[in-house]
Amino acid sequence: MGKSYAEIIMPYKDKKGGLIEAFHALQREFNYIPEEALKEAARIFKIPESKAYGVATFYSHFSVEKRGKYIIRMCESAPCHVAGAGEVLKALEQYLGIKVGETTPDGKFTLELCECVGQCQAIPVITINDDVVLSVSPERIPEILKKYE
Amino acid sequence: MAEEMRIVLRNYGKIDPLKIDDYIAQGGYKALEKARSMDRETLIEEVKKSKLRGRGGAGFNCGQKWSFAYQAQADQKYVVCNADEGEPGTYKDRLIMENDPHTLIEGMAICAYAIGATKGYIYCRGEYPHLVGILNTAISQAKEKGFLKDFDIEVRSGAGAYVCGEETALIESIEGKRGEPRFKPPYPPSEGLWGKPTIVNNVETFANIPVIVEKGADWYASIGVPSYPGTKVFTLTGDINNKTFFEVPTNTTIRELIYKYGGGIPGGKKFKAVQIGGTSGAFIPEELLDTPVAFDNMAAIGATLGSGAVFVLDETRDIVDVVTRIAKFFEHESCGKCAPCREGTARMYEIMSKINSGKGTTKDIETISRLGRVMSCSCLCGLGQAAPAPVLTTIQHFKADYHAKLV
Ligand SMILES: NC(=O)C1=CN([C@@H]2O[C@H](COP(=O)(O)OP(=O)(O)OC[C@H]3O[C@@H](n4cnc5c(N)ncnc54)[C@H](O)[C@@H]3O)[C@@H](O)[C@H]2O)C=CC1
Ligand SMILES: Cc1cc2nc3c(=O)[nH]c(=O)nc-3n(C[C@H](O)[C@H](O)[C@H](O)COP(=O)(O)O)c2cc1C
Ligand code: SF4
Ligand code: FES
Repeated sequence: MGKSYAEIIMPYKDKKGGLIEAFHALQREFNYIPEEALKEAARIFKIPESKAYGVATFYSHFSVEKRGKYIIRMCESAPCHVAGAGEVLKALEQYLGIKVGETTPDGKFTLELCECVGQCQAIPVITINDDVVLSVSPERIPEILKKYE
Repeated sequence: MAEEMRIVLRNYGKIDPLKIDDYIAQGGYKALEKARSMDRETLIEEVKKSKLRGRGGAGFNCGQKWSFAYQAQADQKYVVCNADEGEPGTYKDRLIMENDPHTLIEGMAICAYAIGATKGYIYCRGEYPHLVGILNTAISQAKEKGFLKDFDIEVRSGAGAYVCGEETALIESIEGKRGEPRFKPPYPPSEGLWGKPTIVNNVETFANIPVIVEKGADWYASIGVPSYPGTKVFTLTGDINNKTFFEVPTNTTIRELIYKYGGGIPGGKKFKAVQIGGTSGAFIPEELLDTPVAFDNMAAIGATLGSGAVFVLDETRDIVDVVTRIAKFFEHESCGKCAPCREGTARMYEIMSKINSGKGTTKDIETISRLGRVMSCSCLCGLGQAAPAPVLTTIQHFKADYHAKLV
């Protein structure tokens, strides 16, 4: 068993405005914010659950729904768009057998779209959890994803 | 022709960012010592006189902003570094923090002394998780060496919201809330984080400070265009040979950026348009390329300097398609707090998609132009106000591209 929700949240309790930091910590552990964890956070920070939910759903990196172990994000901002992000996305969907927003049946990969991740020196770019993969092309997808299988 | 000149990137590639001794060997933290030997008003006057203007995009006089926070009476004041860098095509702040974190910390410490703050935050975008470790290491080294005295800096992570780069949304986010912009005024220098006087400056702005203090306001004010002196870091993307970054004096022209530094357009193709300042910037046609990149020169041609992103399109690109993609960006990033932006960005994307898929009419172009004008003056924050710029400037300069797609 890993840490309990409360154990993860508590270190941020006395930090001013620490709710978002607590959410980050939960996501590092689970890759999403489980419903019970969200309720626990609301209790610990002494705010209504609706408010905690409002914060969690405002930010695109936070998810209140279960996601895969690896979250693949495809940058679709204009520079990546003209550099061929669309083709890469198609190749990703084909290779994984899922559409944007979905998770592979084995729970390994979730595919998302994102905006510029600030690595525009070698585009198109995808990120896999905290890793950045530069100069992605459709042909490179299998080789890139092999590392995570 | 202007040559590349490195002020904020002066230590790029020359030091190990994780070794404070490397930074000190390059003269680091001397400016902080010098600043502390000056009285606060003289220091702020010096920053004002350098005419350094905010590198986050709005170009407000930095020293003047500091003087507001200095004059404000409060038991607590804050210094916040805006490292949210959300503007697509921009990665200059990452370059600074990755390669020379101490220059940012020194700049923030000088500001803290100037306004009388003991607490600082660096709000680092969620897309840069690797920077949190670098920044924390640098902060603890500076603490250990005794440079920071009673000034405490904490790193906070964003979580993927473009609007959180807007300073009051950023403040809300540090407070642990949804990142929705506040009404301004009051501006943060009088009422910011937890209602206290707060200076929010961009990473690149802070990185200029140690050099200004060290070499003096007159030296700085003499570089580039007098109304917006110094250098600016540009990141080049799109159809350009050198997809990289350059730090150049502000009297450099757009043409020089593209053809001299950028090495021109690949494959012998012709230039079509350049968008400067990121996704909220204007599209600029060939005939305006001889404009210097400085803030007011850009404003005079209806463009913005913004974050310094330079996105080049060659003659083969479908500009209506690119603008449609940009419209989707704004629809997605609108925080929804005010109606003109929440509804406006959605309609704008809808109409752009219609035009892009060949189903638009001249009426749609008229509607979208009117909508854009209304949004630029009625939206609450800069996001909604700037969102129509790519649409309006392409209709202005590249109307034929739109007409070619109409039914
Ligand atoms: N770097 C990036 O990634 C991005 C940059 N931007 C830029 O942001 C800009 C808009 O920023 P805003 O903060 O909305 O502009 P603004 O003009 O409202 O404020 C600019 C700065 O001056 C200060 N200020 C202005 N008037 C003041 C007064 N009367 N008293 C005290 N302080 C005052 C503000 O507090 C702020 O720090 C745009 O020009 C755009 O280029 C936009 C999106 C992303
Ligand atoms: C939607 C929006 C996003 C912004 N994003 C950023 C950003 O990522 N980084 C930044 O420094 N300023 C950003 N700004 C500008 C800030 O509100 C503010 O003007 C800036 O941080 C002030 O610092 P400066 O005076 O050093 O430029 C943004 C403004 C708007 C309206
Ligand atoms: S203009 Fe848009 S982003 Fe800004 S407050 Fe209004 S809805 Fe939110
Ligand atoms: S535009 Fe895709 S990483 Fe910057």
